[in-house]
Amino acid sequence: MKATREDLTFDTLKVLFLLGLVVVTLYPFINVLAVSLNDPMDTIRGGITVWPRQFSIVSYQDALSGQNMVVAARNSVARTVVSAIVQTFATAMVAYTLSRREYVFRIPIAIIYVITMYVDGGLIPTYFLYRSLGMVNSFHVYWLPGLTTAFNMLIIRTYIRGLSDSFIESAKIEGANDFWIFMRIILPLCVPVLATIILFTSVWQWNYWWDTFIFNSSRVNLTTLQYELMKRLASANAAMSGTSMADAFSRALDQAGNQVTPRSIRAAMTIIVSLPIIMVYPFLQRYFVHGLTIGGVKG
Amino acid sequence: MNPTESTFSAQHDALAPATLGRRNWSSIFRNQGVLMLMSIPFLVHLLVFRYGPIFGWVMAFQRYRPGRGFLDQEWVGLLQFQTLFADATFYRVLRNTLAMSAIKLVMGTFFAILVAILINETRNRPFKRTVQTISYLPHFISWVVAANLVLEVLGPRGILNDMLVGLGLTQERVLWMGRPELFWWIIGWSHVWKTAGFGAIIYLAAMTSIDPQLYEAADIDGAGRLQRIWHITLPGIKPVFVILLILNIGQLMEAGFEQQYLMQNSLVMDYSEVFTIYVLRYGLQLQRYSFAAAAGIFRSAVSIALILGANTVAKRLGQETLM
Repeated sequence: MKATREDLTFDTLKVLFLLGLVVVTLYPFINVLAVSLNDPMDTIRGGITVWPRQFSIVSYQDALSGQNMVVAARNSVARTVVSAIVQTFATAMVAYTLSRREYVFRIPIAIIYVITMYVDGGLIPTYFLYRSLGMVNSFHVYWLPGLTTAFNMLIIRTYIRGLSDSFIESAKIEGANDFWIFMRIILPLCVPVLATIILFTSVWQWNYWWDTFIFNSSRVNLTTLQYELMKRLASANAAMSGTSMADAFSRALDQAGNQVTPRSIRAAMTIIVSLPIIMVYPFLQRYFVHGLTIGGVKG
Repeated sequence: MNPTESTFSAQHDALAPATLGRRNWSSIFRNQGVLMLMSIPFLVHLLVFRYGPIFGWVMAFQRYRPGRGFLDQEWVGLLQFQTLFADATFYRVLRNTLAMSAIKLVMGTFFAILVAILINETRNRPFKRTVQTISYLPHFISWVVAANLVLEVLGPRGILNDMLVGLGLTQERVLWMGRPELFWWIIGWSHVWKTAGFGAIIYLAAMTSIDPQLYEAADIDGAGRLQRIWHITLPGIKPVFVILLILNIGQLMEAGFEQQYLMQNSLVMDYSEVFTIYVLRYGLQLQRYSFAAAAGIFRSAVSIALILGANTVAKRLGQETLM
């Protein structure tokens, strides 16, 4: 097939658009990295794009020297690990029971799960209920409310249904109970889908800040990295209010006596908070796309 | 195809509830006791944590004061709803929510499909893979991080101001985040930045299942690239488009509050405040709990009506639907 003029125009525009997409996607990350590694006082002069002009790690030193950051990092890691393991295990267990065709409560339970995908109680009633359950100012609010979720449960159940029944049948004949079958037969066979769900849960947990904000904001020892960054962002937003451009600049210059600026610390914190995600990104990429396909769940 | 479909198709299985009456419950408990122990505790947990708040809706018909039981409160009927519908802020919040949802829905869908088509039309595999890998990245970072990046790009010393001033398009640097009339569009474009690449996956998956013979036939008929896209690719992704549209219409009242909460400032408040933020402000900050609960119920009720409505319309039009 010969290339027509339409093909040529189309291909040129296509490549330009996709290259533009790549640049627009990557530039903000590279820019913030450059700002975080540039001397904060020099950054005020502007013009930092993809490379630091005066290399300095003072922003990172300052960001990490705050006591909250160590506590926050510990809590972020803890909530991610605990939730990824406990929630995935619990969700897989429910998914297994609902995959057993003979189970009498299979349909009612499935319906009760599916409804939660569309209806929620709203912020205020949820807040009061969680408070009466001791979820306020408590680490438990990070992992307990979302113990099992409909979406993940349906993905795992679909996967289990795709497995051969013969293992289960022969184990049953030998008198194995369902818990044993789940632990010894189903879990090992589900490793691919469980890996997907663990990554799913981990990313969500790592990125979530709303629960810290609503339930745990008055306890410094329960803070998380996302919440610390969110607080910095909120004060940057507050500083913008009631100002003109000139004020914004003069404020930046007022800080010239200090060694660091809020903007540089924010840049350093942004990189610190995103680093774990970037590091696991190759896995995420593979398993997420895979997960979307195996679950057959779209949306 | 979708979660609900597979759940309800279960009713056609051999052991449908109709046969239950004839079965002996004690033998069921003996055979399925372990299954029950493995699932019912989690069901109870779900009922408490996910259905519990729905029972808290009674507080919208009260003047709720913390410290007393739910039933030991002053009942006020529909007063909270009347106050809500008389509140001018409520209508502004409703306008902002629907406007930003609509902008995000249209722009997000358009760019996801555009990216999918262009990637689908690319034959060079390394280039294709690189573009895809990079385009997913923003999906996996939090909105807290994304909002910081947006603030940096649009900031006084950000690239946008640098470029506009450098090219002489504007005389002075612009405080983009302080311009109320631009806020909705900043939300729209940052949504596109964060979601277009990942959103394209699902359309790409739909495109790969289109029969290649259709394209070959179109080639023989002398169809150009654009004609093939228009007559084969787009109709091929229509079912997925409809299902995603229905799901997104159910989310219209949500508008993704995180994004607005993290990017707003008091200069743009009149255009940035959406429902969840309104509920948060009246409820937890101004402590008008019952009023905020009523606003929350309104939001949920409209969401459910929207999703059911969209589903019905899709069914009427003979499209593949959710339920």
